[in-house]
Amino acid sequence: MRYLPHTKEDIEIMLSRIGISSLDELFPTISENCHSKKLPDLPEALTEWELCDLMNIYSRNTASGTKYKNFIGAGNYEHYIPSTIYYLLERSEFLTAYTPYQPEISQGTLQAVYEYQSLVSRLLGMEVANASLYDGASALAEALLMAIRIKKKKKVLISSLIHPHYRQVVNTYFKFTDFQVDEIPYLENGLTDISILNDTDDVAAVAVQSPNFFGCIESLKSFSEAALKKDMLFIVCFSEPFAYGLLKNPGSQGADIACGEGQSFGVSQLFGGPGLGMFASKMKFVRNMPGRLVGKTNDLDKKRGFVLTLATREQHIRREKATSNICTNNSLCAIAAAIYISSLGGTGLQKLAKLNYDKSEYLKKKFINAGLPATFKSPTFNEFVVKFPKGFKSLRNSILKNKIIPGLCLEKYYPELSDHYLICATETKSKEDLDLFVKEVLS
Amino acid sequence: MTKKLDDNLNVEPLIMEKGKKGRCAYSMPKRDIENFYLNKDLKGSELNLPDLCEIDIVRHYTRLSQLNFGLDTGMYPLGSCTMKYNPKLNEQLLACSGFSKAHPLVPETLSQGALQLIYELEQYLCLITGTDACSLQPSAGAQGELVGMLMICAFHKAKKNVKSKIIIPDTAHGTNPASASLCGLHPVQIKSNKNGILVPETVDKVMDDQTAGIMLTNPNTLGLFEENILEISQIVHSKGGQVYCDGANLNAVMGIVELGKIGVDVLHLNLHKTFSAPHGGGGPGSGPVCVKKHLIPFLPVPRIIKENNTYTFCENFPETIGRIHPFFGNFGVMVKAYAYIRTMGAKYLKKASQLAVLNANYIKECLKEVFYLPYDRPCLHECVFSDKFQAKYKITTLDICKRLMDFGFHPPTVYFPLVVNGAIMIEPTETESKESIDRLIDAFKTIANEAKDNPDILKKAPNTCPVKRLDETKAARQPLLSE
Repeated sequence: MRYLPHTKEDIEIMLSRIGISSLDELFPTISENCHSKKLPDLPEALTEWELCDLMNIYSRNTASGTKYKNFIGAGNYEHYIPSTIYYLLERSEFLTAYTPYQPEISQGTLQAVYEYQSLVSRLLGMEVANASLYDGASALAEALLMAIRIKKKKKVLISSLIHPHYRQVVNTYFKFTDFQVDEIPYLENGLTDISILNDTDDVAAVAVQSPNFFGCIESLKSFSEAALKKDMLFIVCFSEPFAYGLLKNPGSQGADIACGEGQSFGVSQLFGGPGLGMFASKMKFVRNMPGRLVGKTNDLDKKRGFVLTLATREQHIRREKATSNICTNNSLCAIAAAIYISSLGGTGLQKLAKLNYDKSEYLKKKFINAGLPATFKSPTFNEFVVKFPKGFKSLRNSILKNKIIPGLCLEKYYPELSDHYLICATETKSKEDLDLFVKEVLS
Repeated sequence: MTKKLDDNLNVEPLIMEKGKKGRCAYSMPKRDIENFYLNKDLKGSELNLPDLCEIDIVRHYTRLSQLNFGLDTGMYPLGSCTMKYNPKLNEQLLACSGFSKAHPLVPETLSQGALQLIYELEQYLCLITGTDACSLQPSAGAQGELVGMLMICAFHKAKKNVKSKIIIPDTAHGTNPASASLCGLHPVQIKSNKNGILVPETVDKVMDDQTAGIMLTNPNTLGLFEENILEISQIVHSKGGQVYCDGANLNAVMGIVELGKIGVDVLHLNLHKTFSAPHGGGGPGSGPVCVKKHLIPFLPVPRIIKENNTYTFCENFPETIGRIHPFFGNFGVMVKAYAYIRTMGAKYLKKASQLAVLNANYIKECLKEVFYLPYDRPCLHECVFSDKFQAKYKITTLDICKRLMDFGFHPPTVYFPLVVNGAIMIEPTETESKESIDRLIDAFKTIANEAKDNPDILKKAPNTCPVKRLDETKAARQPLLSE
């Protein structure tokens, strides 16, 4: 077995040093009634070449962006990823390292993550970003828990236009706590009903997603002003961080915490995971933040260096009083995002974000011309909702046969929106793709 | 400028200190449509992000990587982290496959390959652990713990039991109490005995009708098998509790012990430890949860169902704890673990565990003369020493571990578990050869001699790393967290 280096002779020498004569004797502390009676009934071991063939079959049976024109976004977005990212992430010094507990020997990971924290803080307009959480959903759950700790109040409000799966994850995190999560309804214009805030008191935080699940851009400023009046924290959530390459960022609009999914920045779609939980806040709340933080310091020779810091918030020190139970996070995805953001640069990111905006605006216009206007009138980024004609469900199958996936049916998440579809267009769709899609829907 | 040459090699400027406005390292897609109007009230200001060209990016990250020590650089005997070799084939299989652009929300008929892979991996993990069902949704070990605890709470709620406490031994990972308290359970800490394991009487004393169960790690963080697990689980079950096992140390017992058959009701695994997926300098990981039959109704949704050779997602489980991942878990990590299990088969998984235990016991025997071994008994996958013998020279665990870097090794886990003062926790894993283990032993012995003869060299270590010891106090007192 190529991963196991021991020769028969090695094993014999080592056993005799221990003072036993067989590998079975290595387990004297495991009593007979704890021992397995037989080997697990797993399939026979495969050679490298057999395994490649097998994985090819699995891969072929999974519709990929190369075979299909996919118009579903909904929290997992298709963007081009430069080959430099794949190449650099395979540097095994990054890939095969553990969490950088020993800073002298881990400066590469630490500096790369420190730079990620800096880039994310700048992009979101926030004072401090952490080293990453798992994904947008758990990041939102952690943000709400953080607000509850800071405000010492037990109730939070979240918009019903936050990604439905994020809201489900929040409910799971909160299931056996005595905290309460109330959902804010949405209005006809596709935005969260801010008026609810006037009638609520004793709330730790309000969380709004922008662009929201329908792609509509929320008025963050109005929310932050309303939240301030009611002494609650304002949490901005997102599933498409590309929006902040173009739009006003959460920090400039008064967010206390900004969190969400960073997959769009150089992380492969991979059937939805791993993603990248981005998390940033105001500096005054840093000691209440979840997750790892990398800080800048110096060594004995006064040379610049980086370390994991403010660990007294964390589980290995504070145990049950920690700000979160997170340990392993999504470091390598954070490094991917840092490489992606710096590959584009400020200029490139803005340009590409505008191209994304324009692609979906073009598609929106084509649908309007075809008599299918967007359901919600508010401005959108990358995604929008359209009501397709009755009977579209049967047409959908023939469109699928033509290798087009025509958006996400919303009825499952919002029963009142039967026949409505959430449609996404990024820079990966050419004018031809967009034209063909509209033509297929009208056929 | 009289900067020393070797300084330049070890300092890489920050990425925001590089580049020039107007550069770009990205191939901008052609604009084939018109510009659309965007309300200026929505538009943000210019982004303060560095502009670089492609070679800048490649050199920057290549140089940063050179400041890092990975498992492919050398031995990484970090206790409790199972830093075994990460097969390159598994990386390649993922990179080359159609999975990279697989969207999670396309109709299931278009994702049969991915669903089949997840389904089969769940089955394999159940077979290895002797459990009945598995969820691959949790993103890492700590999230797996949370899911396990939530399921125990849901189980008690369904039985209308009111529980407020959970028993956690002093040898537990820090994540255990943190995960339990997220479920509103108050951790009750119990002590292991002089042999480093739990005795049934201790559990019996604290296990009452307010207690949801016990959260133990087996093999535990001292690298010892909890020999009394059958009796302990009997006590917990007889008083209406559930047994949770932190399976982070499964690498010691694959094919040797089925945890699900010795009283454990629910356990999590770490695919990025036992099942060879790389750790990525701090994730992404994957922390699947395996359960016995009676806990199946509470598993996270959606779950994958197989009918007539077709795989579908099903959410219709009224007692479920709900969803824990925005989609279906860290699929990219699953592919690597799947490839590992299919490459090893049952026979070599068992062999891997045997060799991991052989390596740890060999180190224990070879080093116990020079380093204090608080629990001198047969260990499993890891052994724990301390700095007690070196205290008379004023040498600490920290000094020893920093000096080890100068010999080309990543240090072991230090100052954990907390039950051992100045703990040095060594987990070699099965993929280290006798030669590399002998080199590690030699290095430790040399360091033990230096502690006597030349303690100064340990105090100043490391000397061969890109930086010397860093001022962590300053970092925490005046946090500088971004540029």
